[in-house]
Amino acid sequence: MYLYDQYDQAMVDARVAEFRDQCQRRIDGKLTEDQFKPLRLMNGLYLQLHAYMLRVAVPYGTLKSTQMHALADIADKYDRGYGHFTTRQNIQYNWIKLEDAGDILADLAKVEMHAIQTSGNCIRNISSDHFAGAAADEVADPRPYAELLRQWSSFHPEFSYLPRKFKICVIASDRDRAAMKLHDIGIQIVRNDAGELGAAFYVGGGMGRTPMIAPLIRDFVPLDQLITYAEACLRVYNRYGRRDNKYKARIKILVHELGAAEYTRQVEEEFAHLLDQGVEPPFAELKRIRTFFEDPAFAQSSAAEIDRSDPDFALWVDRNTHPHKVEGYTSAVISLKPVGGIPGDASAEQMHLMADLAKDYSFDELRVMHTQNIVLPHVAKSDLHALWTALEDAGLGSPNLDTVEDIIACPGLDYCSLANARSIPVAQKISERFAATGKTAALGELKLKISGCINACGHHHAGHIGILGVDRKGVENYQLLLGGSEAEDTALAKITGPGFSEDGIVDAVEKAADVYLSAREDGERFLDTYRRIGMAPFKEALYG
Amino acid sequence: MAEGLSSTQTPAEGRGPLDATSLRFRDDDPVLDPAVTVDAFTAQGNAVAVRIEPGDDVRELLPSLDRLALVEINFPTFGDGRGYSAARILREAGYRGELRAVGDVLVDQIAYLRRCGFDAFAPEAPLDPDDVAAALDRFPHVYQPAADERNPIWNLRHGKGEELRDE
Amino acid sequence: MSENTMMLITGNDLLTGAVIWWTGSDWSVHIEDAIDAGDAAESIAAEQEAARKVNVPYLVESTMQDGVPRPNHIKDRVRALGPTVRPDLTIKPDTAANAIREIV
Ligand code: SF4
Repeated sequence: MYLYDQYDQAMVDARVAEFRDQCQRRIDGKLTEDQFKPLRLMNGLYLQLHAYMLRVAVPYGTLKSTQMHALADIADKYDRGYGHFTTRQNIQYNWIKLEDAGDILADLAKVEMHAIQTSGNCIRNISSDHFAGAAADEVADPRPYAELLRQWSSFHPEFSYLPRKFKICVIASDRDRAAMKLHDIGIQIVRNDAGELGAAFYVGGGMGRTPMIAPLIRDFVPLDQLITYAEACLRVYNRYGRRDNKYKARIKILVHELGAAEYTRQVEEEFAHLLDQGVEPPFAELKRIRTFFEDPAFAQSSAAEIDRSDPDFALWVDRNTHPHKVEGYTSAVISLKPVGGIPGDASAEQMHLMADLAKDYSFDELRVMHTQNIVLPHVAKSDLHALWTALEDAGLGSPNLDTVEDIIACPGLDYCSLANARSIPVAQKISERFAATGKTAALGELKLKISGCINACGHHHAGHIGILGVDRKGVENYQLLLGGSEAEDTALAKITGPGFSEDGIVDAVEKAADVYLSAREDGERFLDTYRRIGMAPFKEALYG
Repeated sequence: MAEGLSSTQTPAEGRGPLDATSLRFRDDDPVLDPAVTVDAFTAQGNAVAVRIEPGDDVRELLPSLDRLALVEINFPTFGDGRGYSAARILREAGYRGELRAVGDVLVDQIAYLRRCGFDAFAPEAPLDPDDVAAALDRFPHVYQPAADERNPIWNLRHGKGEELRDE
Repeated sequence: MSENTMMLITGNDLLTGAVIWWTGSDWSVHIEDAIDAGDAAESIAAEQEAARKVNVPYLVESTMQDGVPRPNHIKDRVRALGPTVRPDLTIKPDTAANAIREIV
């Protein structure tokens, strides 16, 4: 895990002091709300439906136990005892006071955390594969590159007032577990024919009002030019991204309007210029960062066989673990999706428990998934039963990873001032419905994602089944979408037709699931069946 | 004290004043010529001061940098960040004249503006000099190189000194 | 506008962020204290914002129902009471169940 040195610490401490000063100037009336807003947003502080909300960065989703404990303490001390893990691998608190904001940032800084650039029209927290450093299928751990990008993008003087927010994701495997192509820049670390590592750049993806899949603009950027290339991508965007219309200001619109080829040409030209400007860090820095991500001291091949005699445990193992690169180990997912629960919410007590379990069973490390669950990345198979037992006792043992119960839901109208409709109650009702009918297991992998408005924080465009909340004359209404994917086979879901009421949407999801169950062929997931049979049979069942 | 605000400088050489609200971080005499538009500048052969609006392509100035003494970059609203790129592009091309941020220039952006190469500020609304000094002194280090001379953290970590940032 | 229609002013407390409602002389976290600010609503909002007594104020069209103002839009009803999915955190926990029914 990355550890701060005196420089990182000094920068974060300076930011705390700066933000305290900015808050004080706002309180004293020296800053108007219009002037203060972008400053507070760049420290993750929103004014939401009920109160201030603080979004804390979890860089590339990686946390130490002490950090998770600190997040729990903040929930207790400054909030109402819980936090919400987001689709950007961050955590947000819903009941923050402006007068506490400086103290919270100071508490975070003590555990090498911050809220820097978790909002605002700047480069946001870098996201990554939640199984990074553990997955059997990656060419390298993507996090050193994410960390290098984190440093480069922090307090970037040229790119802090971009046309819109800017999200970067780094993965290092052909399996995409991080919705890489739905980011402003998606980077895949790849190995070329000569065996060297480099970075493939996908630019101009995104969800929101106009979802787009990022085109590949460069298949191999040498690692000692990574930052320079990113700088070129950003400069072209900062200069030419649209600023006349907030809804057309994301880089996806620029790339779309210029065409990927023309955007690429401009980037390459800027890149050629910047190569002479010395913006690239010394390669030694990348090497230094890599040392923090070396493997922990894995035991030599502990018992590889798991005792599956307890069927509940066996089900959880099948559903919630992921193959590890080291024999005898696995990555275990802690579901924050209990049936009828609030997706992604965790109480302070649960956070403390997960931190303790990470210490006992996962070399002190946790990950936040963009699907709003938590991973213990390095669990010895021989410890799995003990881990599962502890999770079960705490109500954290739901065996439902990637099932229809593992719903992504944004905060929606229960918390979010931009929302059109509530997301959470819909998620609760759907998980309850499928748990009650017992169809969850039969449906297998079925990714359901709900957003409370067109901003798509709940990734509804990328759901096998997506739900979008809309406002129909002051009444909540829900559109159904089918066929999206955020994995390596990235696809954008299509709307089925007219929307549904809150209860109607639950029935509609069940009907769509039933179409799949009766039409599927051997080994097909919901998405595969949809792709084979198309929208028509689903429409027939829904509206016929 | 922030660089450029050294007390040994006389007001005329140091902070200005072009007018009561301006801040200047240069030792030469302020350019008093009125700034003309990019179109006017490229058309006329004799203007020495030009004003860049957010939509202008600053690279159009590059062939004539040697006759330029002042570039004003306008920020109609502080949230329009195109001027940051314009400034860096000028500095990267070797422009050494005055680079003045005008318009909606606020204290909380001033450190970033300095880093992008601005060395003079003519804000619409006056800035509190103490707040300016505090803002410029706030961050002990920088992560990335820009148009200023600050040595980024990643050089400090690896014992690479100022020579790397020499132009 | 029916005669039951009223114009409330809401916003957030600058320091705590709490949702607050204009009572005619001050601000309250309870919507039942809110009064109809009528035609003066906009000027009151602007004046109070300038004095930093409220942050980001806006007007909420509401209807008087059983002696309590009920915002016409669901967003403001959720705002008035708290998240519907955490009845324990509504502003009036003891009447939470009723409150939730009112919201939706
Ligand atoms: S999708 Fe809309 S409702 Fe949901 S969190 Fe994002 S902005 Fe809010």
